[in-house]
Amino acid sequence: MEEFKKAVERNIAEYGFPVALDEKTGAMQWVDMRKLELSYLICIENIAPFFEGMREGKLLTTKCKRCGELFFPPQKDCPNCRVSEMEWVELKKEGVLETLTVVFVRPPSFAMHDPYTVAIAKLDDGVRITAWLRGDPRKVKPGQRVRVEISRRKEGYLMYELVPIEG
Amino acid sequence: MAVAVIGVGHTKFGNRRDVNVPELAWEAMKQAFDSANVEQKDIDFFVVGTAGLWSSEAAVPSLMAEYAKLGVGSMRVEAACATGSAAIRVGYTAIESGEADVVLVLGVEKMQESPNPTVIEIIGRFGSYFWEFENFGLTFPAYYALHATAYMAKYNATEEDFARVAVKNHYYGAKNPNAQFQKEITLETALNSPYIAWPFKLYDCSPITDGAAAVVLASEEKVKEWGIEEKVWILSQGVGTGTANLSKRETFTSLKSAAFAAELAYKKAGIDMDAPYKQLDGANVHDCFTAAEIIAYEDLRFAKRGEGVELIRNEQTYIGGRIPVNLDGGLKAKGHPIGATGVSQAVEAYKQLLSKAEAGRQAEIKNGRWLTHNVGGTGHYSYVTIYSLEKR
Repeated sequence: MEEFKKAVERNIAEYGFPVALDEKTGAMQWVDMRKLELSYLICIENIAPFFEGMREGKLLTTKCKRCGELFFPPQKDCPNCRVSEMEWVELKKEGVLETLTVVFVRPPSFAMHDPYTVAIAKLDDGVRITAWLRGDPRKVKPGQRVRVEISRRKEGYLMYELVPIEG
Repeated sequence: MAVAVIGVGHTKFGNRRDVNVPELAWEAMKQAFDSANVEQKDIDFFVVGTAGLWSSEAAVPSLMAEYAKLGVGSMRVEAACATGSAAIRVGYTAIESGEADVVLVLGVEKMQESPNPTVIEIIGRFGSYFWEFENFGLTFPAYYALHATAYMAKYNATEEDFARVAVKNHYYGAKNPNAQFQKEITLETALNSPYIAWPFKLYDCSPITDGAAAVVLASEEKVKEWGIEEKVWILSQGVGTGTANLSKRETFTSLKSAAFAAELAYKKAGIDMDAPYKQLDGANVHDCFTAAEIIAYEDLRFAKRGEGVELIRNEQTYIGGRIPVNLDGGLKAKGHPIGATGVSQAVEAYKQLLSKAEAGRQAEIKNGRWLTHNVGGTGHYSYVTIYSLEKR
């Protein structure tokens, strides 16, 4: 890609256009000069207690006051009752590992991390949670007991992770 | 109103830096027009399946109306990797409802207009963005890998079993002149490739692909009026939707949306739910990753739960087996230009049923029925379509 960019700069000067030849096919490519940088604003206004809970080391989620269904990730509305009367409850931070994978080829936005293990666990309250799993993924398999720990990630902000329970 | 596929077009899949988006799309459209023996003026409506984002053009239907001189209504459809089948559904229902007589369905994707890291970044978002990608960087192979490891743990499948799917699909891909990879591979090659998302290695993953495919759909009335002999009927189609967030799913050894879509499609086509493979001559299943093909065998009821892996071990999905699967190389070897894949599967159904496939990859046609299974995301959307030589 670096070579490609150099060729484009050279060609703008020499040839008059931002073009370069494709390495594999030799076909001429116009190299788009308009860059698109995307970063979204995601509303967390209605699930703010979840983040407040994490600051206190708690894993909170919503429970419908009418039908009692527990939602994780927390959500504002109960689709069963079609009302939004939710209470915030604390989840048990323990459960069972259901599946996992180790991400070797990372997206560029995760390039600062070493290969990481993503797992899904079923918490004892019945809901499932997706998070990074701490430790050697070769030492665990589905059925392993895990706990949820709130910790500060490399980027500097709080996040939850799954940690195998010894024994 | 019964709906038939009366013409098909398919470009070479792979690195198509030799053409731009409209040129690539036109390659497939031109072939489809020629094979259906129709002109632009015969088309009542056209549907374009394209996921986009990685390629420069966004208003593809309008771009193609201009390039190909199509002066009628159009729409763009997106359903992640099932985009092509969703586009077919729009065309099919437009005719079935009496809204149109002849519809062009185009699937096109030029994924290699962006560098690979950008594509990885974009595809990782085909789930529940905030709870999966933003915080935990789940890539697309990783979503399916979560299913693969669950399947391995539950049914004692191995990485070698998954590699067997790659070996089969490369074996047939080598016989398909439109495939991205036209080279057979050995089990060792597959097993020795580097890890992408454990347990998946490079050869367990479908590639990033440029390509286009097109079909012309027509009503039963038009088929009669024009005296079209070469056609296949769309017997039925089932559609299912899964949760966005994988943690909201009860099982990781099945895609509920696919099993749901299959049951709908079988029911509508009058196919026996207990042994549907006995009434089909073959299938194209969504093998974006090797384990996905094995799970598809089970979701489609080609094998009982936990026994899909036996089908590949015993070569039952090669020609001559219980049911031949992905004789075009599948997404794995043919390539996976997201918006084109579902339409490409329809093209393959047409070719197989009319015995027009290349030597060595033509199935024996006895029942006159072919199934396609096209999954968007990780079972976020599933389309199962049954094509047939006979009208129901």
